[in-house]
This record gives sequence, structure tokens and C-alpha cells, in this order.
Amino acid sequence: MLNTIEVTGNKDTRSGFGDGILEAGRDNDQVVALTADLAGSLKLQAFMKEFPERFIQVGIAEANMIGIAAGLAIGGKIPFTTTFANFSTGRVYDQIRQSVAYSNKNVKICASHAGLTLGEDGATHQILEDIGLMKMLPGMTVVVPCDYNQTKAATKAIAKFEGPVYLRFGRPVWPIFTKEEDFVLGKAQHMNEGKDVSVFACGHLVWKAVEAARILEVKGISVELINIHTIKPLDVEAVKASIQKTGCAVTCEEHNIIGGLGDSIAQVAARHNPIPIEYIGTNDTFGESGKPMDLLVKYGLDTDNIVAAVEKVMMRKK
Amino acid sequence: MDNLKDIASQIRRDIVRMVHGVQSGHPGGSLGCTEFLTALYFNILEHNPDFKMEGIGEDLFFLSNGHISPVFYSALARSGYFPIQELSTFRKINSRLQGHPTTHENLPGVRVASGSLGQGMSVAIGAALAKKLNNDSKLVFSLHGDGELDEGQNWEAIMFAGAKGVDNLISTIDWNGQQIDGPTKKVMDLKNLPAKFEAFGWEVTEMEGNDMDAVVAGLTKAKSLTGKGKPIVILMKTIMGKGVDFMEGTHEWHGIAPNDEQLKNALAQLPETMGDY
Repeated sequence: MLNTIEVTGNKDTRSGFGDGILEAGRDNDQVVALTADLAGSLKLQAFMKEFPERFIQVGIAEANMIGIAAGLAIGGKIPFTTTFANFSTGRVYDQIRQSVAYSNKNVKICASHAGLTLGEDGATHQILEDIGLMKMLPGMTVVVPCDYNQTKAATKAIAKFEGPVYLRFGRPVWPIFTKEEDFVLGKAQHMNEGKDVSVFACGHLVWKAVEAARILEVKGISVELINIHTIKPLDVEAVKASIQKTGCAVTCEEHNIIGGLGDSIAQVAARHNPIPIEYIGTNDTFGESGKPMDLLVKYGLDTDNIVAAVEKVMMRKK
Repeated sequence: MDNLKDIASQIRRDIVRMVHGVQSGHPGGSLGCTEFLTALYFNILEHNPDFKMEGIGEDLFFLSNGHISPVFYSALARSGYFPIQELSTFRKINSRLQGHPTTHENLPGVRVASGSLGQGMSVAIGAALAKKLNNDSKLVFSLHGDGELDEGQNWEAIMFAGAKGVDNLISTIDWNGQQIDGPTKKVMDLKNLPAKFEAFGWEVTEMEGNDMDAVVAGLTKAKSLTGKGKPIVILMKTIMGKGVDFMEGTHEWHGIAPNDEQLKNALAQLPETMGDY
């Protein structure tokens, strides 16, 4: 399967969101988009032009945006809130907790510019804790798609799903290598069958994991690569089946290793099948300004780091 | 009007009995807002106690200062949303009547959780916008504490509603001048509150909140001001603890329960008009 993964283009995942919400808006007139002064960054222009009456500009007031979204949901609307990931989560945690999650409102919290690949703006904007914050909320679904096509598919899928959702995507232009139709909300996506090691990845790092798997294949290591785009609810059966087969795992995410995808995988392993696990992610640190690719290298989130982590975890297996 | 006053007396009995029954809860603000909730649920709101979350074609009410849940629960039960006997479960384990209102236990009449302060006006605005999108001409009402206005989210919401002309929203501020740590003037002086709302583009009215005639008149007037391009705020002067003499006018009874003797004393001041639960 590795040899059938093909790069069909390059685009930012946020554009997948913009194109996805436009289609969701055409499909269902209950879809409403809100933004906190970041309509351009979230690629909402087409939606705004086609559905001006269903676009709400809230200004730089994220707490108010979350509350308004909850109120719109009460009236039967499907509100999508849009801003950067940092302002979508950490800034408004209690608003999401009380007015959305605890109140079980059908609000879609859509967050761009997540993680280190936000780049030059630096650590104030590079949230690396948002997956953890959101997955801890009871009833919250957490989705981290890996490329343009998958972000578009995920945006359309969550519009049809009833319940609060956190959708995380990003800023940089990134390879497009999945098909829209391959995305199924809540189902792990097998990118490659393998037998030596399970690699679980989400978001931008799925592509890095593909690159790593190809290098490892040449070295004679068979990688089972699984894209966990839906971190919560986790496809526990897929994780269990894979680690049962391979006996070790590496997790890859553009997020703190405390509280992210890796923790979710480790919890499944600890409960069902303790195996050695290595984590690719930021290690209890803030980010900094820099070019996205340079930051991935500096913080140990690049292809070579995944290769090294696989080799290390396989040593531990023996 | 006599009927509304009788209902208010019963609701006040419910409040002190509920809080006494579990030895916790917030009687002060509940008693101060009893006329308001009574007038709203028994006279002003066009609502359907056969509860539906979306509330299409109905007026909606949002309680932002969720700690005054006793008066909210009593008004809901007494107007038919759920059995009045359920008031006895207030704040107890396995109850739908949580300390602060929530949708989580599916209590009819509650549309959003509140308690963590400052969030209700945003939610009310969202519900009001949904009504506009749905071509639903009914109104959205909300209630907020004056101390609650310390929370910055309110001012985001107040700015939004004024700027965007959310004119199907009537927000009421319980202007009792008290909060947990003392008078609002000492804790965080609200200064010129009417001028603040006016500056944000609201239609501002004032109302004596413990005079039933004034409350009905004030809410009726507020309704007549809707649909004219501005949100409406009612600055409602109330006395915290109103109706129970030893609780009146002090923040001391914000969040404590009466003991057996105090309950007896309180109930002696409040005629039982509809039958206790």
C-alpha cells in the first residue's frame, strides 16, 4: 500500500476546511459559520459570499462566539466556530465546557493554525495542548485530519454528525495524499499493512510517517501505518488488533506528548496489551518562531525522528 | 395581579424550603428575583411547558446567574414543566435539579447549563439570532446578576448585541447591589450602569423588581420596545432576600441555608397559597 500512496497536489488543510464548509452549507441550510475576526485565515470567503445571512462576524471575542454558537444550536442551527486553535480552545475552555460540552450542544469548533507549523508567529499562537484539552471533555469528538482532502471530508462529515466536535487543522501547504471518500468519522484509516511495528499518526505528521515508512521498508522493516484522524472516540478495536500483531508502537503528533494521541494509544495498550511505545511529539515544551519545517526538525517531529523511534522501539521489543 | 402575588408567595416558600431541605443553595438572589420569574412564567412569556429544546414559536428564557436555581426550578415546576414534588430532590444525589441548572439530566425547561458566570447573554444572543434565521418572531429573555457583570464575556456580548442590533432580546440585570464578598460598590463598582449600556447601543429601562405591578408593566413595556433595531436591557432594582425580613438587603444570605428555627420564622412570613410540595 505504501507504493500506492500518491501525492496528487499540495494545499493547506485550512483550505480543505473552507471548501468543506461551503459544500456543507450548500447541503444543509442549517449550517452557520461564525468567526472571531479571522474569516480570511480560515478560508471562509466563498461561504460568506454564497451565504451572507448565515455568516456571523463576532469580532475578536472568542468567548462570546462560543456562547452564541451554543445558542444557535438550541435554535436548531449547526454552528461552526472558526479561529486559530489557541483561541478556539485554551482561551475559551470554560465556555466550551459549560455552554457546549456539558450542555451537549451541536457546535463544531473549527481550529486552524494548530501546532508548530503555524511558524513565525511563535509560541503565543502555537498551541500544543489543544487535543488534550478537548479530549478530556466528556462527549467531545476530536478530529485531526491529515491533508486537504481529508479536512474537506471531515468538515462535511461533522456537519452531519450530531454532537459537539473539535476539528483541528493547520496553516502550511502540505502534500495531498488521501482521498475524500476514504475518510470515515471514528474509523482508523489503514495507510499500510505491516507486521513489525504499528505507527499511529494524526494531522500533518501522517505524511511524515509515510515518508518514514518508505525509508524503513528499504531497511527491511514492515510498518503498519494507521492514521488516527478521529482521536476521540478512538477506534480502540483497530488499535488493539494492530498492536496485537506487531507488539510495539510509535505515535506521531504535532502536539505535546502529554495528553495527546500518544496518551490515548498508550491507554489502550496499558489496558489490553502492554507493549513498548515511543512518542513523537513535543516534550512538555512551548514552541518558538521559525519556519514550519525548521521547527519540526528542531523539536524532533521530522521523518528521521520517526525512523529512529521505530528502530528504538523495535530494539525494546526484543 | 393578586394571583401573581399569591404565586410569588408560594415560590418564596418553595425557595426557603428547598434550600433548608439540603442545607445548601442560594436563597438571597432567588428571593430577590421572585416577582420577576413569577411575572415571566405566569404572565409574560408565550411558552409551552410541554418542553421542546428548540422552542420554535415560543419565547425563551435563559438564566445566566445559575446559582439562583431555586427560584427558577420553582417557577418551572409551578408552571407545569415537571412535578412540584421533584423540588424536594434539589441538590441531592440522582436529582435532575442540580445545584446549578443543566440540560445534562434532561430537566424540562432548561436549555443550557449555567453557573459559571458570564456566559448566558452570549447564549441568549445565539438563540435570538437563530429565531431571526428561522423567521420566528418570538422573543428571547435573559437574567443576569449585577455582580456577574464583572465577567468580561458579558461586555463582549453587550458590544455584539448593540453593534448587530439584536432587537429580539430582552436582558434583565438583577441590580441588587450585592455580591458574595459584599456590596458591588466595594467589590467592583459598576459606576454608571445605564450609561454603559446606552454607550453600547442598547435601549435601557429601569424597573422596581419587587413590586409585581411594576414588574409586569416593565416587562410589557420592554416587549413593546423590541423590533426597533436595539437590544433591550431592564435594570431591575431588587432587594436581596426580599420577603424574609432577616434575609433582606444583605449579601450574608447569598449562599447559606436557614436552620430549622429560621425556616419556621421565614415560612410564617410567607402565606402558603398553592400548597407546599
